[in-house]
Amino acid sequence: MKLDAHKLRTDFPIFEQTFHGKPLAFLDSAASSQKPRQVLDAMTHFYETSYANVHRGVYQLAERATQGLEDAREKARAFVNASSAREIIFVRNATEALNLVAYSWGLNNLGPGDLVLVTELEHHSNFVPWQYVARRTGAELALIPVDDQGELRLDGLDAYDNVKVVASGLVSNALGTVNDSAALAAWAHERGAIYVCDAAQAAPHVRVDVQALGADFVAVSGHKMLGPSGIGFLWGRADLLLRMEPFLMGGHMIRKVSAGETTWGELPAKFEAGTSPMAEAVGLGAAIDYLESVGLEAIEQHEHRLAAYALDQLSEIPGVTLYGPPPDRRAGIVSFNVDGVHPHDVAQVLDEDAVCIRAGHHCCQPLMAKLGVAATNRASFYLYTIPEEIDRLAAGVRRSRELFL
Amino acid sequence: MSDEQFYREVILDHYKNPRSYGVLEHADAHAEGQNPLCGDEVTVSVKFGDDGETIEQVGFEGRGCAISQAATSMLTEIVRGRTASQVAALPKEELLDEIGIPLTPARIKCAILGLGVLKVALHRAKGTPLPDEWQGMDFA
Repeated sequence: MKLDAHKLRTDFPIFEQTFHGKPLAFLDSAASSQKPRQVLDAMTHFYETSYANVHRGVYQLAERATQGLEDAREKARAFVNASSAREIIFVRNATEALNLVAYSWGLNNLGPGDLVLVTELEHHSNFVPWQYVARRTGAELALIPVDDQGELRLDGLDAYDNVKVVASGLVSNALGTVNDSAALAAWAHERGAIYVCDAAQAAPHVRVDVQALGADFVAVSGHKMLGPSGIGFLWGRADLLLRMEPFLMGGHMIRKVSAGETTWGELPAKFEAGTSPMAEAVGLGAAIDYLESVGLEAIEQHEHRLAAYALDQLSEIPGVTLYGPPPDRRAGIVSFNVDGVHPHDVAQVLDEDAVCIRAGHHCCQPLMAKLGVAATNRASFYLYTIPEEIDRLAAGVRRSRELFL
Repeated sequence: MSDEQFYREVILDHYKNPRSYGVLEHADAHAEGQNPLCGDEVTVSVKFGDDGETIEQVGFEGRGCAISQAATSMLTEIVRGRTASQVAALPKEELLDEIGIPLTPARIKCAILGLGVLKVALHRAKGTPLPDEWQGMDFA
């Protein structure tokens, strides 16, 4: 099945406006995606017809609100093929999901002599929490290296001993590399380690099946997959979640509170202290519906085509260095540098033509150090991206060269 | 504003031919700093005159965008001959006026990176005040 990006674009109100008199070419979806009207309408409808605090109210409106939240949880469960909705914990974003695991599992299960294995590709969200928890517990931290194409080198894995955690992204936000998470999960389990998967950059673009991955924890952000900001979820294996301490304390996460002691609530409430992001969850549910109606396979194919086209266009420009693997092994992300022109300046020139790209370290400073650069330009594509926008990207890159050379 | 207006000639000139480029040997004050948004880096070093207060020589090195590097180059011309406390009190607007193009908040951070690092260097050497965005960091 092939998707029609021109048609899908009409669902996104953001594209109805112009910048500097030009249509918006939004090539920064890896940072955050735009929102279709269906998501915005679902949230507005929830606020207008079903809003009250969830779970504790006995009146009909509160039950309607609770239903909205729990329907969204069921959609999230189905979306990642989890075996039970109680394994879906709503959080603010993937960063919070990964911190939850690092704090609640890591602080209580790591100690001196243990090794936490992350990768050179990691976003800071799946790197800094582990670095911090390793330091707090006396565990060691090591990085699985990448090769020249930005792909993980799994050939040296057996040199690592006493591995307790393997944490990696499924898709690199900086280079678009699609990692073999299933292999990492299997390898981790052979050694009695857990495997933590950051799927923030994967879930919008490829089918994420937590059971097929064999992961122990999978983190997803809503805002990168057409949903609102402020909502994401952690999927975790129930047997691990049940044995973990809570992350945040407060209302809703308790079973019984007394002056002397508090006992924890059931899953997923144990990890959802405080008032939930209800309308955001409803919006996420609508985003999942939208993605399923377009089809994840169609989205993945569309992005592969765009990535191949962009790599083709950019490679014809003298002085352009491209990073990352070939298009068949990457998501719709293209990272590059222009010789003699800093990424900020490339992005500034592109902005003049209403082309939005990201310029910076993409929250991946260990990877930038490995590549020997401070920053790169990153163009990223989604289901609403059309080839004409990539032509405008290439034209702007040429213009930036002319300006500076 | 077109690209040509934004990257006006004086900025491209400072970017391509930075003034005072290089780290001074036997500097009296020295600091390096990063822009956390983009990872750009600037190193600044200073030598004072006989009064121990007036900036006689200033040098910088860095990697970054045209705005951050050109702004730091322009800064070295502004501060030479001024005292440490004068420079510590130098408002960022004076540098931004010199740059002379409208900058978004993100690009202002680029433009004042060198100024911030210079103030850190002076703070270390002379105890002059730090700008807000550099407070709370470890400069021991």
